[in-house]
Amino acid sequence: MSEGARYSVGIDLGTTHCVMSYVDLHADDDQVILTVLSIPQLTGPGMIEDKAQLPSFTYLPHHAEIAEGATALPWSAKPEHLVGEIARNLGSKTPIRLVASAKSWLCHAGVDCKQAILPADAPEDVERISPFSASKAYLQHLRDAWNHHFPENRLENQDVTITVPASFDPAARELSVEAARSVGLGQSVLLEEPQAALYSWIEKSEGDWRNHVQIGDVILVIDIGGGTTDLSLIAVTEQEGNLQLTRVAVGDHILLGGDNMDLALAYTVKAKMEQESGKRLESWQLQALTHGCREAKEKLFNQPELGSMPLVVASRGSALIGGTLRTELTRDELSRVLVDGFLPQVQASDRPVVKPRTGLRSAGLPYAQDAGITRHLAAFLAKQKDATSEFSHMANAENASFLHPTAVLFNGGVLKAGVLSERLMAILNSWLQAEQAPEARLLHGADLDLAVARGAAYYGYVRKGKGVRIKGGTAASYYVGVESAMPAVPGLAPEIEALCIAPFGMEEGSEQELPNDEFGLIIGEQVRFRFFASKTRREDKVGTRLESWGFDELEELDEIEISLPEEGKAPGEIVPVHLSAAVTEVGTLELRAISNRDDDKRWKIEFDVRAGED
Amino acid sequence: MNTYTIDLNLQPTTFDLWHVCLAGTVAVLALILIVVLISVLLGLRRCKKAAPAPVVPTPMLQPEIKIVEKIVEVEKIVQAPAPEPVILKEATQDAALQLLSLLQKEARFIDFIKEDVSAFSDTEIGAAARVVHQGCTKALNEHFTLAPVSQDLEGSRVTLNKGFDAAAFRLTGNIVGEAPFSGTLVHKGWQVTDLRLPKLTEGHNAKIVAAAEVEL
Repeated sequence: MSEGARYSVGIDLGTTHCVMSYVDLHADDDQVILTVLSIPQLTGPGMIEDKAQLPSFTYLPHHAEIAEGATALPWSAKPEHLVGEIARNLGSKTPIRLVASAKSWLCHAGVDCKQAILPADAPEDVERISPFSASKAYLQHLRDAWNHHFPENRLENQDVTITVPASFDPAARELSVEAARSVGLGQSVLLEEPQAALYSWIEKSEGDWRNHVQIGDVILVIDIGGGTTDLSLIAVTEQEGNLQLTRVAVGDHILLGGDNMDLALAYTVKAKMEQESGKRLESWQLQALTHGCREAKEKLFNQPELGSMPLVVASRGSALIGGTLRTELTRDELSRVLVDGFLPQVQASDRPVVKPRTGLRSAGLPYAQDAGITRHLAAFLAKQKDATSEFSHMANAENASFLHPTAVLFNGGVLKAGVLSERLMAILNSWLQAEQAPEARLLHGADLDLAVARGAAYYGYVRKGKGVRIKGGTAASYYVGVESAMPAVPGLAPEIEALCIAPFGMEEGSEQELPNDEFGLIIGEQVRFRFFASKTRREDKVGTRLESWGFDELEELDEIEISLPEEGKAPGEIVPVHLSAAVTEVGTLELRAISNRDDDKRWKIEFDVRAGED
Repeated sequence: MNTYTIDLNLQPTTFDLWHVCLAGTVAVLALILIVVLISVLLGLRRCKKAAPAPVVPTPMLQPEIKIVEKIVEVEKIVQAPAPEPVILKEATQDAALQLLSLLQKEARFIDFIKEDVSAFSDTEIGAAARVVHQGCTKALNEHFTLAPVSQDLEGSRVTLNKGFDAAAFRLTGNIVGEAPFSGTLVHKGWQVTDLRLPKLTEGHNAKIVAAAEVEL
């Protein structure tokens, strides 16, 4: 927290949009006035508009494409990257030069996020950028927009909170912080998006939230954004007579969101049009159709009396009237594709379908294979069956096959549609009913689009000790793989043991060491460890060695790497070290190797070694 | 025919008593004419000065005079700004071009208007009109905040008190008497409460309202 900061600023660095919100810390106490900053951005060459959202897109223009000076911003005559609305607009017609969903790449195993790999399917001579520098470009734009608006209170001197998906692994968190640091926002802290949504709900209730939840409640936060679905469980407990909130579990990183829904609708309508006309639609027509479907979907959801919405695809030439194709999106199609397709009526025992990946893995993002959000939800709740067992008074019913939430908080634009949110609640409650559990209630009053940015700004205010804070710590326990001491068996890879280095729920600002497990590191050589995380093993302490574990208990992350600089020592010398894990105030996990010999010398262990497989 | 010819070049060669009498009569007649004309003019002037005096006490005619005065004011406003509007004109030109460009981009406005609709069926025009309508709605909502001038329902009776804003409310029909005026709200009116037109970079050619598109 920077001293003398005037504002607490929340940055929602979303997969499809960025939003920036702030609270004046100098305002009178008990008064939280949250404001969303309008972000000036190019909307087309030579045109600048203020908008509440900055689309998270980067466009890499050809040098002949845009006239000199047409990309000027109020703070820069020639910005390095084209981001925001202009990127999305230009990219819709030239997708080979568009970088989208950079954030999802940050959490993509097996990819070096600092290598220029995006756009993934661009031809050779398009200059590429890394997912890291794309994220950096958005932060830089937001910073400049802020500094342009508040020249007296530069963003570098304010309290900044950046939100990340709860499912982000340590490496992706580290990258987010590093991106912030590289644009001068080294003071930023991280906050999980579902937590931010809950903070926003608390702030909006103006103190009334204590009447809507009680001790023993388990709040399920369902955040369906443009590109990802994020799930979290937050328990309401009591400490010294006060209500306390503890985040007890987070879900996996599911690449499935509102954009998939629009695309699914567009493909349905496309098939219908092609059948009717006998002609194939071109890709630009599909794009126009996706756009039209999004608007038609919103209209149909908001106006229940409409049976269908006409859809038109205009011709590209100046002859508009003759060349316009017309069709319609019916309510039947909408509920078949969206409601049944994305929120199928399933049992609590159903699980997402996982098809074996085809041999050739394309260099794309690992999108969710099963579009059934309800199946992902069922899997999450079953996996987290014992998430609340540490709180004696709220242990799950004994015969429960999944964790029973008592309240639900929604976030994300998709759930603005009443049909979808009601369906989701109905399915969840049908599962609860089947196990004789009381129905979960919906927490109302959330601002589904801007809640994350607002909650993040409010978090800065909470960190000043002015409101209730959600406890949580790490949402997983972490392990390194060590070879077990047993005779080698020819033909078999040596057995691996998982050594716990960071327990579940480690709080920010705490550190744990493993003095009893010694490793010999070789100076001048890189040493790699296999690295694992578990979102369910809550009891493991630092130093616990696992010889075997359940199929879905441990999830392998990218390898971590230590390289010891020579620093006056002879290369090849072996230094005995032990490991230590700390959760920084920022919210990132930091692993270090500590020398057992020379007065606690420390070396940082890097997460960022994703180029492992080529 | 010679008897009727009048030769204007002829000059009297003799100057006799007959001619002297003729000249004297002409002079006397001219003098009488001048006197009569002067007296008529003076009389008219007096009549003009005297005319308003008896009209003043009738109240019916007063508003009419006010209206005349208003018209005079308006004319003055038009005449007044002489050198400054040059800059204003420049600004509005860019803004108009910008609006046109936005409507074309979002709603294909120019394409639609420039096309000859007579060759197409109503269904075809209808399909295209949807593009235009959806786009115009988007462009309008994004860049303007519109609110009705009057909050009353159209068709209801409204009363305008003295000192109402004549620019915001236009009176039509039987405009007589004095405020408060009471009448039927025919159109609720529109006003722009917020305007968010894009800013333009230096050197942006606003006259290109839609760039030609070349696909490679």
